[in-house]
Amino acid sequence: MTGAIPISWYLVLSAILFGLGVIAFVFKRNVITVFMSIELMLNAVNLAFVAFARAHDQLDGLVFVFFVIVVAAAEAAVGLAIVIMLAQNRQSLNVERVNLLKL
Amino acid sequence: MIPLILFILCAALAIAGAIVLIWAHEPIHSALALILVMVALAILYLLLGAPFISAVQIIVYAGAIMVLFVFVIMLLNFGLEERTNFSKLAIPGALLAVVLMAEIAHWLAHSSIGRAMANGPAAPATEASTVELSKMLFRQYLFPFEATSILILIAILGALVLARKES
Amino acid sequence: MEFIYQHPVLVAAIIKIAVLLFIVMTALAYLTWLERKAIAHIQSRWGPYNVGAHGLLQPLADGIKFLFKEDITPPVADKFVYTLAPFLALALGLTAIALIPFGPVRGPGSVPLLGQPAWAVTDINIGLLMLFAITSLGVYGVALAGWSSNSKYPLLGGLRSSAQMISYEVSLTMSVVGVVLVAGTLSFNELIEKQSGAFWHWNVFSVRYGGVPQIVGFLCYLTAAIAETNRVPFDLPEAETELVAGFHTEYSSFKFAMFFMAEYANMITVSCLATILFLGGWLSPFPESWHWQWFLPGAGLLALAAYCAWNTVAEMRGIARLQLGVVTLLAGGGGLLCLIPVVAEHIQGPFWFTTKILAILFFYIWMRATLPRFRYDQLMSFGWKLLLPLSLANLVITALALVLWPLVKHG
Repeated sequence: MTGAIPISWYLVLSAILFGLGVIAFVFKRNVITVFMSIELMLNAVNLAFVAFARAHDQLDGLVFVFFVIVVAAAEAAVGLAIVIMLAQNRQSLNVERVNLLKL
Repeated sequence: MIPLILFILCAALAIAGAIVLIWAHEPIHSALALILVMVALAILYLLLGAPFISAVQIIVYAGAIMVLFVFVIMLLNFGLEERTNFSKLAIPGALLAVVLMAEIAHWLAHSSIGRAMANGPAAPATEASTVELSKMLFRQYLFPFEATSILILIAILGALVLARKES
Repeated sequence: MEFIYQHPVLVAAIIKIAVLLFIVMTALAYLTWLERKAIAHIQSRWGPYNVGAHGLLQPLADGIKFLFKEDITPPVADKFVYTLAPFLALALGLTAIALIPFGPVRGPGSVPLLGQPAWAVTDINIGLLMLFAITSLGVYGVALAGWSSNSKYPLLGGLRSSAQMISYEVSLTMSVVGVVLVAGTLSFNELIEKQSGAFWHWNVFSVRYGGVPQIVGFLCYLTAAIAETNRVPFDLPEAETELVAGFHTEYSSFKFAMFFMAEYANMITVSCLATILFLGGWLSPFPESWHWQWFLPGAGLLALAAYCAWNTVAEMRGIARLQLGVVTLLAGGGGLLCLIPVVAEHIQGPFWFTTKILAILFFYIWMRATLPRFRYDQLMSFGWKLLLPLSLANLVITALALVLWPLVKHG
């Protein structure tokens, strides 16, 4: 095949990764792994953004990807701090143990 | 020829990494699989003509955020093993995810926008230049840029407050 | 043959990678020799002397020893991650060297290889960012090694070392941004070309583009680089007296050799980056018009050959005399080759690059021989409370100078 890869292939890959992220989010029981599946979903969305930026030849998609990465960094920092506190209070990282509003 | 091989290789690596993320018993293996996914996606960004975003993905996402994850797993997993209990509610969830993916693939193949996109970019392949991207970041998107820097400051403060010992 | 004509880029890249890999592996081995000899002479002793002539076969002996040692894997270690960590560390360390230009890729002094520039494997627009991406992945080699050994000292050493590496990585990146601001580009070749002239145009000294001399940036970069590669005085995580051997305690034979090589490969990478950004890369310190400097490589190699010849004559032992004779012949042959004007003109780039890298590596080794090591809390507070504000201040002052200088100049 000569020429560029069709953009729809990237979008299908992004959809597959997003779907796998959803499956991981639903199936996994460790808080940190659930968090990582959120990052996987964000990465799939980033791929869709970059693919569309190339399809329409605009750089706005890339600026969006930049912001998504930055916001994911901030979210990971605070989320992992919460996870550490949770682990210290409950002595377990199982999401099924965190079922009371009061720690 | 080479872009096709590279695309298939990176796509296979990304999907394999996502499957290992789901299948692994230890969180550290899931973290390593996610790092593999991120590196594969960075190579795909290079193929899509976005070298700056590819470098930022590796430096920030794979090189800093995932290091944070790996640290937390190492500090907290010392003795804590993950036990995946199979929950009945997960099966409709997985089915819905598959339905979502199938819908997106169908839309891409049969809608007019999807078919227009499937023919590749109309413009000739040029790389997104870093200078243009930074001009856009500092002119049109200046307010979100400054807002994200305040967001990071708030995140640092939040993490510090949460991690402080009660003394 | 037709394959070569149809895919010149690919074939040229493969040839360059093979040659570079061979040269870099030999350089790694002889860097260990240089380190042992230099530290020994600073400490008034001789270092390796018996293995080859003046210890020149010591790296070979060490390599053979590492290959034949027993490979012990701790039984409770996580097998996959335990094996992955040293391979990852070495692969990342060697990949970074592919981005570095050893000589000019266009203009005078550039050598074509199948239509591609011969002195650099690649020429990426954002080469500097890619190099930082590769070094930021280097944290994983250390962290995973410490964790997968499943034992106290490696875990502590691994965590401390990776925390140190990510702390100093921020200062490393910040101290380089001043140079990028002055040059206005992220590509290595353009960065070097903007420093052309004589040594007072190098980024560490120059005010050519309206910036300030990047001396503070250079010193911050060197300090952060020493911390980033886990060398003395920042090598607490792998110190023998504190943490047994830190993150590579449980590794033996070939895997330990890979960590060892990865550390030296990282040293070479940060030295290459320091010369490109601050010391003018493959440019010579003398102005371009002084053509006599073309004969410096040849003269240097012939001087080395003369020294080795004198040592050959003065040497008592037969085998060592034979080895020194071989070295003399090689150096003399190389020197005569470099005196041919065609070769002399084109070998200038790599010659100056290698000289500058050797100077910085000697500085690294000199630091190791001279300074005691930091305590861990001193190390972290030095990185965050002194080095990071200093590199940020350098960035702000450079930016201010770049903005205000045109206003001052025009009244």
